[in-house]
Amino acid sequence: MDKSLKNLRNAVADVPDGAVVMIGGFGGSGAPIELIHALIDRYMATGSPANLTVINNNAGNGKIGIAAMIDSGMVAKMICSFPRSSDPRAFTDKYLAGEIALELVPQGTLAERIRAAGAGIPAFFTPASYGTELARGKQIQEFDGKPFVLERWLKADFALVKAAVGDTHGNLTYRLAGRNFNPLMCMAASKTIAQVSQIVKLGQIDPELVITPGIFVDGVVAVPDPQQEEVLIRTGVEYA
Amino acid sequence: MTWQKLRNAQIAWRAAQDIQDGAYVNLGIGIPEMVAKFQPEGRHITYHTENGVLGFGEAPPEGEEDWDLINAGKKAITLNPGASFFHHADSFSMVRGGHLDLAVLGAYQVAQNGDLANWRVGSKGVPAVGGAMDLVHGAKRVAVITDHVTKDGKPKLVEQCSFPLTGVGCITRVYTSLAVVDIEDGRFMLREKLAGISMVELQSLTGAHLYTSGDVADLTTPDLT
Repeated sequence: MDKSLKNLRNAVADVPDGAVVMIGGFGGSGAPIELIHALIDRYMATGSPANLTVINNNAGNGKIGIAAMIDSGMVAKMICSFPRSSDPRAFTDKYLAGEIALELVPQGTLAERIRAAGAGIPAFFTPASYGTELARGKQIQEFDGKPFVLERWLKADFALVKAAVGDTHGNLTYRLAGRNFNPLMCMAASKTIAQVSQIVKLGQIDPELVITPGIFVDGVVAVPDPQQEEVLIRTGVEYA
Repeated sequence: MTWQKLRNAQIAWRAAQDIQDGAYVNLGIGIPEMVAKFQPEGRHITYHTENGVLGFGEAPPEGEEDWDLINAGKKAITLNPGASFFHHADSFSMVRGGHLDLAVLGAYQVAQNGDLANWRVGSKGVPAVGGAMDLVHGAKRVAVITDHVTKDGKPKLVEQCSFPLTGVGCITRVYTSLAVVDIEDGRFMLREKLAGISMVELQSLTGAHLYTSGDVADLTTPDLT
């Protein structure tokens, strides 16, 4: 078994039109910029994959990464908690023009919906959003005298994540706070592709340090010197 | 008598005095973040941020940022000894699971029954909630720090919130630019107020009745900016 993929182009080659795609990261921390840009490259060259639903905490920043995906027109819907950033124009313009849909989810509920999908739990109750407009139309139930909101699992066709080190079985480690949504998304997608700074041989990651076990990962692609979204934004880089 | 409202740093200082040694605390984005600057000496407080860090410290010097190491406000941070990383589901388990001692949030409005409105002011524009609706649930105490009134002088402590709610009956204490108010049994209980402001004047700047029980202490802080 060897889950390593030859290059970024191969890594995103199977994402179809209309797919639901989870993209890891919180702002620029842990964001798989190279995988996102490979997806944009494919869309620009072939017109596919189009009509995507993208799941991320945010909705892009500046003119790179998810913002560049949105600008390109390949995203039909965002599922996120905070579609704002230091430069949110890509999403804001399309949203106000009615050209992109938004499902707004409280951040902890978003994380738990993704985790639940990975864990085979179709629904759960949370206190978050009770009594607010985000609970409208949802089932409410009391437990121990307190009201809770029923939330459904959130699955995806693909997850694109960023990790630090991966081995050929897809075991992953993460860097600093770049972990965030990445391990959860690995669990919740039919197919998970991880970009890693380094692919190592089996046995070279201490099992005690593995954060995402390879069972949750389908492919790893090496991006030896990955770009950092925040650094790109601060240096004014645009991806088009 | 004359009075001058507290500056944001002074409100943050007052809130910091109530944080116990050994507490685990989440500070909301913006003015609540200032609370960490005024942590009383000799107390060890561990700060939590939603994106998966416990035990973070001050911002690094400019030029030394590592942008994989940020807080929920997307600002660069450093780590204190004993820090840890975890994924988002664990992070919000700490929040909703009742493991935090205190969450400090900002507010557009707080109602006398503890309802909070702090995520949007109307139905226009792009809605963005982040972790606000989770953070109001679970922490042992959920406090607000805020100006007592809006920029155009309207009360922020009200009978009923008119802005969209973040959470229902979730706030236990409010630190304002004029007073410290607890929420008990659906009422605002005034604990402290600036010495120079009269009860009548404070009440006129408050959108719901202020109750008292016993003495109201003077709200005093150092002259911070």
